Amino acid sequence: MDENYDVIVLGTGLTECILSGLLSVEGKKVLHIDRQDFYGGESASLNLSQLYSKFKPSKKPDESLGRDRDWCVDLIPKFLMANGELTNILVHTDVTRYIEFKQISGSYVYRNGKIAKVPSTAAEAINSSLMGIFEKRRMRNFLEFIAKYDENDVSTHKNMDFDNETMDEIYYKFGLEAGTKDFIGHAMALWSNDDYLKQPARETYNRIVLYLQSVARYGKSPYIYPLYGLGELPQGFARLSAIYGGTYMLDTPIEEVFFEDDGKFKGVKTKEGTAKAPIVIADPTYFPNKVKKTGQKVIRAMCILNHPIPNTNNLDSLQIIIPQNQVGRKNDIYIAVVSSAHNVCSKGHYLAIISTIIETDKPHVELEPAFKIIGPTEDVLMGIAELYEPISNGKDDNVYISKSYDPSSHFEATTDDVKDIYERIIGKPLVLQQRKTATEEEELSGL
Amino acid sequence: MSSANKPTTAVKLVLLGEAAVGKSSLVLRFVSNDFQENKEPTIGAAFLTQRCTIGDKTIKFEIWDTAGQERFASLAPMYYRNAQAALVVYDITKPASFIKARHWVKELHEQASKDIIIALCGNKYDLISKNNEEGEEIESNRKVSIEEGQNLAEEENLLFFETSAKTAYNVNEVFMAIGNKIPSGKKKNNDGGLGLSAGRGDNDDNNNGRVDLNAPIDAGANNANCAC
Repeated sequence: MDENYDVIVLGTGLTECILSGLLSVEGKKVLHIDRQDFYGGESASLNLSQLYSKFKPSKKPDESLGRDRDWCVDLIPKFLMANGELTNILVHTDVTRYIEFKQISGSYVYRNGKIAKVPSTAAEAINSSLMGIFEKRRMRNFLEFIAKYDENDVSTHKNMDFDNETMDEIYYKFGLEAGTKDFIGHAMALWSNDDYLKQPARETYNRIVLYLQSVARYGKSPYIYPLYGLGELPQGFARLSAIYGGTYMLDTPIEEVFFEDDGKFKGVKTKEGTAKAPIVIADPTYFPNKVKKTGQKVIRAMCILNHPIPNTNNLDSLQIIIPQNQVGRKNDIYIAVVSSAHNVCSKGHYLAIISTIIETDKPHVELEPAFKIIGPTEDVLMGIAELYEPISNGKDDNVYISKSYDPSSHFEATTDDVKDIYERIIGKPLVLQQRKTATEEEELSGL
Repeated sequence: MSSANKPTTAVKLVLLGEAAVGKSSLVLRFVSNDFQENKEPTIGAAFLTQRCTIGDKTIKFEIWDTAGQERFASLAPMYYRNAQAALVVYDITKPASFIKARHWVKELHEQASKDIIIALCGNKYDLISKNNEEGEEIESNRKVSIEEGQNLAEEENLLFFETSAKTAYNVNEVFMAIGNKIPSGKKKNNDGGLGLSAGRGDNDDNNNGRVDLNAPIDAGANNANCAC
């Protein structure tokens, strides 16, 4: 198959698959290759035998866990913000037709040794067990201020200036306690450390609004999650690409990469022959010489449980954030909990995936506070990932490399990377266009 | 008498078979009663729906095409998920495509739900039965006998038809036969969902936290996105 393409994409992680889909819809001829025999790369969801062979090759999964194919364990634990950019892209590309979503049932935060629901309305603040009586009122005032704030109406600004005041100064004006700042900054604005306190408040405000609107959209939490796990997302965008003519080759290692004399990308050689294109998009593993370590390493512990998380009213799914200050750390610990309600494990089981940025040489010990929250485990599988980013922006060699998936609990950085790579390749910002809806298509087919 | 009053069962049907055996053509014939000679490989239309009424029930077929992802053995697990029916197609003038059909049947048994209804279609019947001027059959084009197809169907418990997307021979019959085997009413499969149609208004089983991302958001909720 010696052929010419507009773009060759290497690796079927979410970033690569979204870009493949978007470019195919725009009429680009895309060849998408993965060396592995499954979709998703680093952002895949694995079944039990894949999971154990990757993380515990010496052990076979226990029979009590049930059928292999009932399990879809995410390698990178994240949830979608209901009002976030990934949701937006899914809707605009109509990939929602291939994937069903469910709410995540709760958003919890750890404070003073206990976990409790993150209050997202004034009424919830008043009823929250996270705060004392006076602090509840201050928190209510803060939430009411955020809800009423209107950029164009100075009377709602209450003398706050998001561009010239730091978030810490805004907190100070409401008299909020350190522990309350922790859950606003970490469980609502979803910052993973405290650097934001010294920065202008604008970005934190935007993040809080995204959180509150996402909660408001479906009610239980700001998060949604695909049935059968996050691995459905790259598959859905790969299907979008294929429908628009994208060619897919899994289980196809890259034998050689060709460059022009001036260093620009030219093509790749695989078992199927040589394929040429002026542009390549790839995840960091395909161009080890063109990426650098970010310096951050992430530890992820996939815990198999046979019970819901204690003190959560038996929720079938939730996020728990342990703000760094609460356990004397520099980075937050995240726990993503899903269960058979999302078709990611066999009935009666729960998956709790704990993750954080490593700060010491005993990373598993760093996860202790999370293990205490989730209770007894059936088994725990752990992995450590080094995070990479491209050395250059790709303009000189036409090699556009995605960043490793960040340790945050959501996809906002991933979609930023998608939009950034898109703009570097196409030369203008991504504008999402609505595809024909199912109904319109049905009408077109004359029914 | 309108079919709108009858309960509608949504059925996800997936197509499988070697490239160029006529998978998309069969669907095009079924959905639009149309046929295109020398059709380009499938692009841009990999999800078609067709309602048909069988007895007292209405079935809405949601037909998934491979979109070419079968070419390098790169179909995603998503493709098989919650499929209640599959059409495995081969070309009766191409023995290799029949060998591939066996492979797809095996793949379905491994990947799809246990009670999936599979129909085996030996397509391009027109190439052997085309009545020429003298009204004779061109039986010599046939490379896969009808018995071979029947035997595979019996071994694996499949529906079996020889079809022609070009002449429409047996095309509606295949879909009707599948429709007949679909249990009427809302079928709850063990995965707890009907795949893609949830939240689209025609699926009223318990939603249990399921969300419809396509539902409009009220204007107030949009403000902050613009303000960023």
